[in-house]
Amino acid sequence: MTTRIDTRFAALKAEGRPALVTYVMAGDPDLATGQAILEALPQAGADIIELGMPFSDPMADGVAIQLAGQRSLAAGQTLRGVLGMVEDFRRKDETTPIVLMGYYNPVYSFGVEAFVKAAKAAGADGLIIVDLPPEEDEELCLPAMAAGLNFIRLTTPTTDDKRLPAVLKNSSGFVYYVSMTGVTGAVIKSRGAVGEAVDRIKSHTNLPVAVGFGIKTAEDAAEIGKHADGIVVGSVLVDAVARSLKDGKATDQTVGAVRDLVAEIFSGVKRARG
Amino acid sequence: MIGRQSILEADVDTTGINSLRNGPDDNGRFGIFGGRFVAETLMPLILDLEAHYRAAQKDPAFKAELNDLSVHYAGRPSPLYFAERLTKHLGGAQVWFKREELNHTGSHKINNCLGQILLAKRMGKTRVIAETGAGQHGVATATVCAKFELPCTIFMGATDVERQMPNVLRMKMLGAEVRPVTAGAGTLKDAMNEALRDWVTNVDSTYYLIGTAAGPHPYPEMVRDFQSVIGSEIKSQFAEAQGKLPDAVVACVGGGSNAIGTFHAFLDDADVKLYGAEAGGHGVDVENGHAASMTGGRPGVLHGNRTYLLQDKDGQILEGHSISAGLDYPGVGPEHAFLHDSKRVTYAPITDDEALEAFQLCTRLEGIIPALESAHGLAQLMKVAPTMGKDQSIVLCLSGRGDKDVESVGKYLGLL
Ligand SMILES: Cc1ncc(COP(=O)(O)O)c(C=O)c1O
Repeated sequence: MTTRIDTRFAALKAEGRPALVTYVMAGDPDLATGQAILEALPQAGADIIELGMPFSDPMADGVAIQLAGQRSLAAGQTLRGVLGMVEDFRRKDETTPIVLMGYYNPVYSFGVEAFVKAAKAAGADGLIIVDLPPEEDEELCLPAMAAGLNFIRLTTPTTDDKRLPAVLKNSSGFVYYVSMTGVTGAVIKSRGAVGEAVDRIKSHTNLPVAVGFGIKTAEDAAEIGKHADGIVVGSVLVDAVARSLKDGKATDQTVGAVRDLVAEIFSGVKRARG
Repeated sequence: MIGRQSILEADVDTTGINSLRNGPDDNGRFGIFGGRFVAETLMPLILDLEAHYRAAQKDPAFKAELNDLSVHYAGRPSPLYFAERLTKHLGGAQVWFKREELNHTGSHKINNCLGQILLAKRMGKTRVIAETGAGQHGVATATVCAKFELPCTIFMGATDVERQMPNVLRMKMLGAEVRPVTAGAGTLKDAMNEALRDWVTNVDSTYYLIGTAAGPHPYPEMVRDFQSVIGSEIKSQFAEAQGKLPDAVVACVGGGSNAIGTFHAFLDDADVKLYGAEAGGHGVDVENGHAASMTGGRPGVLHGNRTYLLQDKDGQILEGHSISAGLDYPGVGPEHAFLHDSKRVTYAPITDDEALEAFQLCTRLEGIIPALESAHGLAQLMKVAPTMGKDQSIVLCLSGRGDKDVESVGKYLGLL
């Protein structure tokens, strides 16, 4: 089954540039502003959207995304609310792929079968669940695939050649290479090593490989985008939200701050292969 | 001779297919509980850890070194003590204490730390991290790290740093770096999140020395094995003293390491009743006012395993509350979740007030100041013992001593 993700990567391949994948936390800093940010992303240059599902205990995230999740939960976000955001988005945008990203417990609590059905119906295209390695595929990966959702897996510098096939086995949509051992928002130590890792993964799979964690500027995007089929930015966008707030509340700068930053990073993506 | 008895429960030939002692399976599951719910970065590490643990289990030199340390460094076996005045006071079953509080560093936590530090050494790790609630695990970790010359960083919730100050000072004196964690309510759950974040960042050098029988496989199994010496010793000591099995055994349950270590030897002895005391805080009816994950929670996935968790209707984890920092955790080890569902063990909540009362009673009647965690177990014993016959016996795992708690308890009692 072809998803919006497959279609989008195929189109960008023809265009000869990497995809810009943007992560925002659903409902940060409040539900209405979160929706406005989401809807502003494609115009600003986002090719694929990762929509964060907030969790009380984001073990793999750095401070920026931890705080974004807290703002979203404090604003009353729920998993059903996240799916509602996707549904509203789809009324205006039929083509931009949306990947829901988060942790397993809220999904497990919702009920796996009910969740994959509802996510598909809302117009989501894929899932990234940080704490579900291939060893736990029966939990959600297989039901998600059966429901027509891509299950996008993280591969990391600790995933060696012996392990890669197992990680790639039930992956679809794209492969997300985590550029470093660390949490979101940290700094990439060696761009060269990232390029090598991408080539290594590509020798194992035909899926597009997107690189995330530690990409902060147009410059980073242009560099990493030389090798990767996609680059993922998250913590800097979430930080832009945080910096635009006044007394913890959205201002008339908030949506614009994210839009401008996405546009700037997009300029790096465009010149990556130029 | 008990002192020579192997500390590794894996030594004991586990029985038939219906034994409750066979878990976990190859995927780290105890029934539906347990598993390996970790980020990909950590997955190769926990597979490697498991491989090293399997090798160590078969290595006589590993067992010999652990036994030697347990005897000469930690002071095992810990005594089994007949609490005569408490027995008279309660007027029912004979009350016995398994004196884990007499171990070096003052609690059962050292049993696990000695096992894991030897493993860390075998794996060639050069740095150790750990989470701690009451600080007992932090102190035990800092202790073995001092002895084995490894730098260590202890993550501790900011709230706990405050209420367990004596242990913070001990850790620092032992050379550990103590990192207070301010996220969330600043308790054990938050400390564990932060330790996991450190671990994914420092995968090559760092050994994560988890302090309880929870987390991703193989930790629940491994920590249980290192703690199972408690129950095996109780069994042989009680047999030596009374020529039979005790009728009931009680332990407090935070993550569940002292409890599973106490229960494991008895799981297949159907006549021995097993009781686990959860932290009932202000009462299990008070929303977010307790830490009784089995009585007041439902199954979910956190910190690498599926288990009972305190959570809201949307699957967000609650902070919970307990007067005892060591029990103030919204989850529990997966083997307890399994034993709860299978009804082999009876888990019951004990409120802050009940624990404080037990703390004082034990101190006055027996001259033993128990840890607030252990006082929860004692409070459960105080409910059960009077319903039993005078010819029956009940054993409490007195998991730790209460020196660390005298300031907080003093405040509650208005002594300060
Ligand atoms: C003395 C004592 N008992 C019990 C516990 C609870 O841990 P566990 O349930 O793993 O035994 C702690 C934890 O800090 C402790 O210090």
